[in-house]
Amino acid sequence: CTKDLNRTPLVGSTSASVYADFNNYKSVLAKLYAGFAISGQTGPAGKPDISGIDEGTSNYLRQYWQWEELPTDEALITWTDAGLQDLHNLDWTADNPFVRTMYQRIYYQISLCNEFIRETTDDKLAGNNITGDNLATAHVYVAEARFLRALSYWHAMDLYGNVPFVTEKDPVGAFTPKQASRKEVYAYVESELKAIEGTLVAARGNEYARVDQACAWTLLAKLYLNASVYIGEDHSTDVITYCNKVIAAGYSINLDSVNSYKNLFLADNNTMNNEVILPITFDGLETKSYGGMNFIIHGMIGGSMPSAAFGVNGGWGGMRVTPTFVSQFTDITGATDRRAMFWTDGQSREIPNDPTKDFKQGYALTKFRNVDRAGHQGHDATGNFVDTDFPMFRLADVYLMYAEAVLRGGGGGNAATALQYVNTLRQRAYHGTSGNITAGQLTLDFILAERSRELYWEATRRTDLIRFGKQTSAAYLWAWKGGTMNGAGVKDAYNILPIPSADLIANPNLVQNDGYK
Amino acid sequence: LFTYAQSGSISGRVTDDTGQPLPGATIVVAGTMKNTQTDGTGSYKLSGLAVGNFTLEVHYIGYHTLQQPVTVTGGAQTLDLKMQTDQQGLNEVVVIGYGAAKKSDVTGSITTISTKDFNKGTVTTPDQLIVGKVAGVVLTSNGGAPGAGSTIRIRGGASLNASNDPLIVVDGVPIDNNQIVGASNILSFINPNDIESFNILKDASATAIFGSRASNGVILITTKKGIASKKLNVNFNTVNSLSVKEGEVKVLSADQFRTAIKAHNPNQAYLLGDANTNWQDEIYQNAFATDNNLSLSGGIKNLPYRLALGYTNQNGILRTSNLDRQSVTLNLNPKFLDNHLSVDVSFKGATQKTRFADQGAVNAAVTFDPTQPVYKAGSPFGGYFEWVDTSAASGISSLATRNPVSMLELQHNQARVNRAIGNVKLDYSMHFLPELHAVLNLGADYSESKGTNTYPAYAGNAVINGGQYIAYSQAKQNQLLDFYFNYVKDLKGIRSHIDATAGYSYQDFWLSQPGYPTLNAKGDTVSTTPQPVKTQNTLLSYFGRVTYSYNDKYLLTGTVRRDGSSRFRQHWGTFPSVAFAWRIAQEGFLKDSKVLSDLKLRLGYGITGQQDILGNDYPSLPVYTPGDNTAAYQFGKDFITTLRPEGYDANIKWEQTTTYNAGLDFGFLNGRIAGAIDYYTKKTSDLISQVTVASGSNLTNQIYTNVGNITTKGLEFTVNAGVVTTKDFTWNAGFNVSYNKVEITNLALVKGNNPIIQVGGISGGTGDMVQVHKVGYAPFTFFLYNQVYDKNGKPIEGAYIDHNGDSSITASDLVPNKSPNPKVTMGFNSSFSYKAWSLAFSVRANLGNYLYNNINSNFGTYANIAAPLYLTNATSDVLHTQFTQSQRMSDYYLENASFLRMDNLSIGYDFGKLIGKKVDLRATASAQNLFVITKYSGVDPEIYNGIDDKFYQRPRTFSLGINLGF
Repeated sequence: CTKDLNRTPLVGSTSASVYADFNNYKSVLAKLYAGFAISGQTGPAGKPDISGIDEGTSNYLRQYWQWEELPTDEALITWTDAGLQDLHNLDWTADNPFVRTMYQRIYYQISLCNEFIRETTDDKLAGNNITGDNLATAHVYVAEARFLRALSYWHAMDLYGNVPFVTEKDPVGAFTPKQASRKEVYAYVESELKAIEGTLVAARGNEYARVDQACAWTLLAKLYLNASVYIGEDHSTDVITYCNKVIAAGYSINLDSVNSYKNLFLADNNTMNNEVILPITFDGLETKSYGGMNFIIHGMIGGSMPSAAFGVNGGWGGMRVTPTFVSQFTDITGATDRRAMFWTDGQSREIPNDPTKDFKQGYALTKFRNVDRAGHQGHDATGNFVDTDFPMFRLADVYLMYAEAVLRGGGGGNAATALQYVNTLRQRAYHGTSGNITAGQLTLDFILAERSRELYWEATRRTDLIRFGKQTSAAYLWAWKGGTMNGAGVKDAYNILPIPSADLIANPNLVQNDGYK
Repeated sequence: LFTYAQSGSISGRVTDDTGQPLPGATIVVAGTMKNTQTDGTGSYKLSGLAVGNFTLEVHYIGYHTLQQPVTVTGGAQTLDLKMQTDQQGLNEVVVIGYGAAKKSDVTGSITTISTKDFNKGTVTTPDQLIVGKVAGVVLTSNGGAPGAGSTIRIRGGASLNASNDPLIVVDGVPIDNNQIVGASNILSFINPNDIESFNILKDASATAIFGSRASNGVILITTKKGIASKKLNVNFNTVNSLSVKEGEVKVLSADQFRTAIKAHNPNQAYLLGDANTNWQDEIYQNAFATDNNLSLSGGIKNLPYRLALGYTNQNGILRTSNLDRQSVTLNLNPKFLDNHLSVDVSFKGATQKTRFADQGAVNAAVTFDPTQPVYKAGSPFGGYFEWVDTSAASGISSLATRNPVSMLELQHNQARVNRAIGNVKLDYSMHFLPELHAVLNLGADYSESKGTNTYPAYAGNAVINGGQYIAYSQAKQNQLLDFYFNYVKDLKGIRSHIDATAGYSYQDFWLSQPGYPTLNAKGDTVSTTPQPVKTQNTLLSYFGRVTYSYNDKYLLTGTVRRDGSSRFRQHWGTFPSVAFAWRIAQEGFLKDSKVLSDLKLRLGYGITGQQDILGNDYPSLPVYTPGDNTAAYQFGKDFITTLRPEGYDANIKWEQTTTYNAGLDFGFLNGRIAGAIDYYTKKTSDLISQVTVASGSNLTNQIYTNVGNITTKGLEFTVNAGVVTTKDFTWNAGFNVSYNKVEITNLALVKGNNPIIQVGGISGGTGDMVQVHKVGYAPFTFFLYNQVYDKNGKPIEGAYIDHNGDSSITASDLVPNKSPNPKVTMGFNSSFSYKAWSLAFSVRANLGNYLYNNINSNFGTYANIAAPLYLTNATSDVLHTQFTQSQRMSDYYLENASFLRMDNLSIGYDFGKLIGKKVDLRATASAQNLFVITKYSGVDPEIYNGIDDKFYQRPRTFSLGINLGF
């Protein structure tokens, strides 16, 4: 009976059997994408990917959104979950649970990608008899996995600086990864994206929501745009090179309707959308989580906002904006610049009390909704979960990156094209040319403000403020920055996050970031 | 040369020293295979005896073995026999696992609790029988729900993330500790009325025979057997009880709440109602329970049998909760082949129907607006008042608290579980070598559960889905095969005694839980079918034990078990133990002492293991888990279900606990005062811990791996005394006290590092945790900010001690302090009898245990009493703290929860023989959980995990019982 000691799972399978059947490859790949959207194998919660934190809170997009938005002028939050207010207060430590969770979620994602890439080397594919069309498809899958890994390494390096470095060449098990410098990770992300460029499906040629060449180009552009922060070098010319490739691929800004901007953020934004380069998808029935868009939409509803108009069954009364963000718009009614989507009824513009006191202090936003263009609620009739996809990369961002790179002196572009791109976005915003600016108005400060008006709550603000030197300085303040009502400057150390103590303890190879030792 | 020997017979009665008959005493004709047992009147008959001189040996548990020389002369002789009680109980037989031993020969730390010691009153699950009775064993009931089980910790538990539950063996069948779906307690299927004894094995020398499952102690449960008397014994027992609630959480009254709303949220005052509802009165009820048992026992032609039927119906004090159980227990113990083959057939079957009440109602009743009525005319939610949101399609305010009464009455979460535990044990004593026994034990433990959890379409809790219909089910099939040899030999010539056992065991655990879709009341799918659960693990073992005693003074026991577990790639682990005992009282210098009647020193050492990783049978394999349809990802127009690689440790292995135990058994005045004192240390190494791994090194952030050490030290003392023993009046008293200290001594994957693992999730914030595993502290030590108080002792809101001096209160200022585990536990019980009257009580105390008051931390603030569309009540604690915001991480909410509880008080009257001396009648009145003395501010200070939230309070129960025997 000793053979009975070799029990294998009765449900599910082991890696050996999974990769023997090519039908499984797409399911493993789908998990790599789902890693951004959901938090485990049971929607909305039940079999979490990572533990030691509330499952919904552990969601990748929820964590990433919070880190890109809450430490900035674009968002503050009512909730008092342990450590959450540290984000807007800019006083987190290496013990902060959100510092730890973002980091662990990023490395969870990297580990999953590594596992897939490890099991799909040419040798392993041959060993599993994957040949012909399947082999070609497998190569594309692997390139997509490498893109997703590069995306997470970019997040890791952008948020944490010098970080652990693991690839498919490392084993699974008890070892301690080496720490790579921010510069080394930068070089790795750059080389990976260039290496897979030729294998990825042509821009706009893949299935909806899957990665193509334009995703790699956009990420390269983002990497180069922030190169001065990451490696102290200006790569504006490279930004323009890759923005040009994306723009040439045929994406477009829809100028048809007064609602064109609003429509980007609705439950049916997966259809009739030629602007989004990489979405993170959600569905009220099939892709459920307490993170991601579900968190953003429920979290932004509170006060007198009618939840039914947002296609959900209630709000969590969480996020609002600071008066500084409100002042980016001269007309906050949305009658001129339609990107001004504020909920002011019952809300005060100012935030005299600390952000946890009252949802009604600070204007709320109405940008994301779980209703379609006709106003119908998404697929989940109960209004618990949303369909709305999150635009991770979209053309507007690429236009603004192009313009910024030109203003920073990058070669290969020109000021007139830059102005045209910016005015295209403003034409959509104003539904006409009334909001167009002149060449003289197109400055770097204008770009930063325009990025906020165009891309607010799309998880780019923290990175933008750091690039412009405004994240920590006393020269640019917003309500409750640094924990005081009128705002205060904080140490520059807060431009990156500390390596979480949990990993410093688990991995003696790691050295804490400056300012957190 | 053949002669036809003349034969004769002997008959008579066996009585105790007071002349009471002893049914079931065994009478053996020494040196022959002849034996018999006394019947219900204590009578016996031995016939077919050859003429000559013999010795009759009479055995009866609790009495000195009587050796009576007799001369058989042929023909019918009469011989009445009188036995002397053995107050020391040294000849008592103790079940030790794969066999039995005389108590005097035991070298390990074993406590036996039998029928006469059991707690009285309404006892619906076996664990309740022994609460407070055994030093070193802490049973914390998991609340007051009918049939709720207990968390059992023997000597504090030796593991961190692996199971800390003891191994429970029922009539030789080890049962698995995993939950049975649809039942709140794995033990509730065993009718407490059918239990004869518990033997609790505490140290490694006692438990090591169970090897890898023995680190947390072993509880052997033995059920009652029939006796080979000719007469049928019928016993009927009924206990009927009424339970009432123990207390209430102090909340703002309707008027206080009105005042608070007007002061803090005047804009929402329009939501106030004009009712005065005490919601905690509305959710609790006085609950009736009945427990009825009928047993038939006796012997048919040397076939001893006992058949027992039980019926229990218990309402819980939380309205709608109910347990309904029918049980049957059958034991047959025939002997064949001239008594060479003993067969023990044991079957325990039960059907249990449970209706579970939504414990969320406990908190809802604390927080529901007391100015609102229970019912509201025209309410679309079944007539119950609910908070509405006219902008929502469902009409209900999705975030508001639900009407607690509606939560209870409109939910029907009901399950039926059938379970059968059975085994057949064949014990063959070799014809050519009667001292050698071959034993085969075949056992099975099967259960099947089916349940549904439904709400009507209009129920406030489910209206957004249009009601709910969820089915659930589970099947478990566990099988056992043991085969072993046992050899017992007295070597009189060298004054030695040998008892040796060697054997093999195979046990397999299989579990299946299909997935079911979530439907609404109309039958529409709300959530598609999730992946099923199906899992299996197998244990294979070889074991051996030798007990050698010399001159009845020196005892040596050696045990070894080699276990193979399917959970690990390196299947095998070896678990040895050795123990020595010295019966000092047998030495010449003490043997004649009139005062000291027993003194035995026990020294034991052993290594035991643990492999029960909760919920994971494949921790060493690269498993891929399919995702549910609700966790798919969109590619193009299709939703692709996912496959997830799980984190694993290919090298995970046995957890090992090394135990040292030193004990002293003592008895004075012929055992009238007897007890034991034990000191032990346990060190678990290679703990199976869920720890944070170096990011990037594995396929998840925390995995189960062998990390760290835990050290446990403890001292136990037990004394039982027959204080007064006269013909009319007896007074017995027992006292036990235990000190136990558990400390994590290492938790680092990387030498020299000192990680922390935060645990103890609470309600309120998302993912807030209030406990920690940290080196130098007990597991689950609380991990909170130190509150700063003003001169009047009022906590200052948001003011904490800034330990790292960075002028900011962050996670780095959390401090580990205090643990939910009691440092000291005590039990005291006493029983008195005067003629036909009897009185017994037991009290129990835990000292040094702390409790985090999550009810106050969550609801004791003004922050959340008003939302735009609804109001929420606060606990009265807010009147003291005046907190506006939640301060959940404050150690203000950590309270000393030491307590003294009177578990039981019962009075009995024995009417004696009635109706022509044919019927025995006995009546008992009892009260359980009569009072609790504690400084803890919440309802009940005894909550195992140390976090007081949604706790189903233990009721106060008054019962009346009648026992009829004929």
